[in-house]
Amino acid sequence: MRASFSPEPERISLEVGSGGLLMRRLIDRHILPAFSNPYLRGLPDASHLPGGIAFTTDGFVVDPLFFPGGDIGTLAVNGTVNDLVVSGARPEFLSLALILEEGLATADLAKILSSIRKAAAKARVRVVTGDTKVVRRGQADKLYIVTAGVGRVIGRPDAAKIRPGDKLILTGPLGEHSLAVMLARGDFGLAAGVKSDCAPLNFLLPLWPQGARWMRDITRGGLATILSELAERLPFSVRIDEDKIPVSRPVRGAAELLGIDPLYLACEGRAVIVAPIKKAGRMLAAVRHHPQGRKAEIIGEVTKTAGRPGELLLATLAGGLRLLEPLTSEILPRIC
Amino acid sequence: MCLGIPVKILSIDENNQGEVDYLGTRVKAGFMLLDTPKVGDWVIVHAGYAISRLDENEARETLSLLREIAESEGR
Amino acid sequence: MKELRDKKVLQTLLQAVGHRISRFNRGRVRIMEVCGTHTMTIHRYGLKELLERAGVDMISGPGCPVCITPAAVHEAAINLVAGRRDLILATFGDMTRVPTRCGSLQTAIPAEGSMVKIVYSPQESLALAALHPDKDVVFFGAGFETTIPSIALAIKEAAAAGLKRYAVLCALWLIPPPLKAILESGEVKISGFLYPGHVSAIIGLEPYAFIPREFGLPGAVAGFEPGDILLGILNILDQLEKGNPEVGLEYKRVVSPRGNRLALKLMDEVLEVKDAVWRGLGLIPRSGLKPKGLFSDWDAEPRFGLKIEADSADLAGCLCGEVLRGLIPPPDCRLFGRKCAPETPQGPCMVSLEGACLVYYKYTLRTESVKARTKKRAKGNRP
Repeated sequence: MRASFSPEPERISLEVGSGGLLMRRLIDRHILPAFSNPYLRGLPDASHLPGGIAFTTDGFVVDPLFFPGGDIGTLAVNGTVNDLVVSGARPEFLSLALILEEGLATADLAKILSSIRKAAAKARVRVVTGDTKVVRRGQADKLYIVTAGVGRVIGRPDAAKIRPGDKLILTGPLGEHSLAVMLARGDFGLAAGVKSDCAPLNFLLPLWPQGARWMRDITRGGLATILSELAERLPFSVRIDEDKIPVSRPVRGAAELLGIDPLYLACEGRAVIVAPIKKAGRMLAAVRHHPQGRKAEIIGEVTKTAGRPGELLLATLAGGLRLLEPLTSEILPRIC
Repeated sequence: MCLGIPVKILSIDENNQGEVDYLGTRVKAGFMLLDTPKVGDWVIVHAGYAISRLDENEARETLSLLREIAESEGR
Repeated sequence: MKELRDKKVLQTLLQAVGHRISRFNRGRVRIMEVCGTHTMTIHRYGLKELLERAGVDMISGPGCPVCITPAAVHEAAINLVAGRRDLILATFGDMTRVPTRCGSLQTAIPAEGSMVKIVYSPQESLALAALHPDKDVVFFGAGFETTIPSIALAIKEAAAAGLKRYAVLCALWLIPPPLKAILESGEVKISGFLYPGHVSAIIGLEPYAFIPREFGLPGAVAGFEPGDILLGILNILDQLEKGNPEVGLEYKRVVSPRGNRLALKLMDEVLEVKDAVWRGLGLIPRSGLKPKGLFSDWDAEPRFGLKIEADSADLAGCLCGEVLRGLIPPPDCRLFGRKCAPETPQGPCMVSLEGACLVYYKYTLRTESVKARTKKRAKGNRP
């Protein structure tokens, strides 16, 4: 039951950037009405264009630029690549636009470009076009990156084909990217040995010809927000089981210490896959076969027998059932 | 913030401040509200300060209570 | 203590609750959980419905400091940062989103050189004062007895360091007085209390003794794992069955019956009791604290000449006051889920992570529409 009345704020608040309900509202009220065409329907991560081409774009404003396990360059490549993978396309080409703040250390830029090169090689994509702009000191925060990605369609996500009993596969533990960025910022005076999970999801591509129904990578807003958005589009409900969700020890510790729920923490190399009930076991095995998917789990299913259509439910440790809402207020700004 | 879960004292300096650990994550905390805090103690931290020390005997008693109830329900 | 979260253990405890209730056959048992963190835990684990099925109705009480701080105090904070130059208002995150007639701290436009800064401990606000000696730093200190010692420490340290431009806007609340007020009003039928775990670690058990003594009601101090809460409820049911109400203690591993001596001493050194106005409950004698003696120099109210009118209104239609008294559950407020939702809160109970309304909204299965429930209530279907 969403609030049906909400006044229009005069200014963009930071909370809109959290990727949750407020972002959705901005998109629904301002952005979508400006461009009505069939490609935008359902707001796919990447659009499928004529000729079997998939096309996506992304912006990267992570702060700080460098964090354990990666930097804004690794993010830029993997974030774009992953949007293509979860939309059913093999990533092939990237564009790279750099917005540099006057005063940025050239050595930092060189490091980031080197990260981009390495990440692109790992994800088997090539940077084929780009642009560079420099703005005055204070008019950008060190470096922003905007990308576009092009890939070849090998599968079509179709939420309309999802049926009760279809299983949800989560490819790995939640929240490591968020925690790595928090540590790099020195937030809350935390210290821990955690690296961002930032990585390309190309290893999931074979699941498309195997019959995967739908995939999404778990970025801003976390697993709860991603699955809420899925549930909303279905005439069924979605239930996940709290005790099946992989969370690594350091993330569990930091999240409990801070009173944050790992279900809302952003990742940059994890996905959730909807697998047809008959193929779920095989698909799970295929994901676990790859080093990035070793800790994958079936965390829940689409169901008709609990809650109401469109709801995302959590079966709790205590054996209760409760709602899992999408993120509304920002936990961590500029996480990706 | 800082919901108050049991954490272990890793270090205490001369100002009665130090670090605590929970599942491998470390955070700073102050110990001036505790009588004779020691490294290795399990404490509850709230808003940056340890407010109580965990009594391991009582913790064991609570677990025995759980087992007793489980047994009597089993019958 | 993983067992306190173990599925099988929790199911056994719920079974035990159900068995005990059917054994003494007194109809439904209504327990008020005082502490916001208990409210959140009960809902987050889906315990509310499970307990209802076993015969226990949980009613949330006034234990959320963000919620019971009156709008007038929030407005004073907003006016400080919007009306005075070179002033940093340091505050916990939740406080910034509480709506008032002057908007919220989050939407307030600071005066020149001023700003709102979110901190996670009172210590951080002291660090800000040391970093910005050219500005006033005011810490919006809201909390119950768990947080009050750390705020008292900050005031003491500020005094020792001679931080003349540091002050605390105090919203310091004591837990036992509102419980007395609620019982004396006789508005809500309660069979017993689930007392807060960490407040009790500070104050011990004695401050609650008047409840079994004068009102004959059982209660237990419980920890925050789902298993702790169920054990606490079993403790209360035990007392009900035996007919000997007392202040029970489930959270023995953390709470000592005499409380935290050092913390109490510190509070006594820096602060003194005062009468205070609570959102929803009105004026409760001797229910708040303020800096005393030489420490009153660090009290923001006299420092900035703040006139905090006790009875500024909530936003139209907001029933946070009734929710805080345990009179109505959040879905019975007409704004709930309609005009009032997490993205557009009309009152603090929808803002605070421990506010009853937000907790209900986030976690409770929508098995009925608000319309259906209101219809039921009109027909007189309440326990």
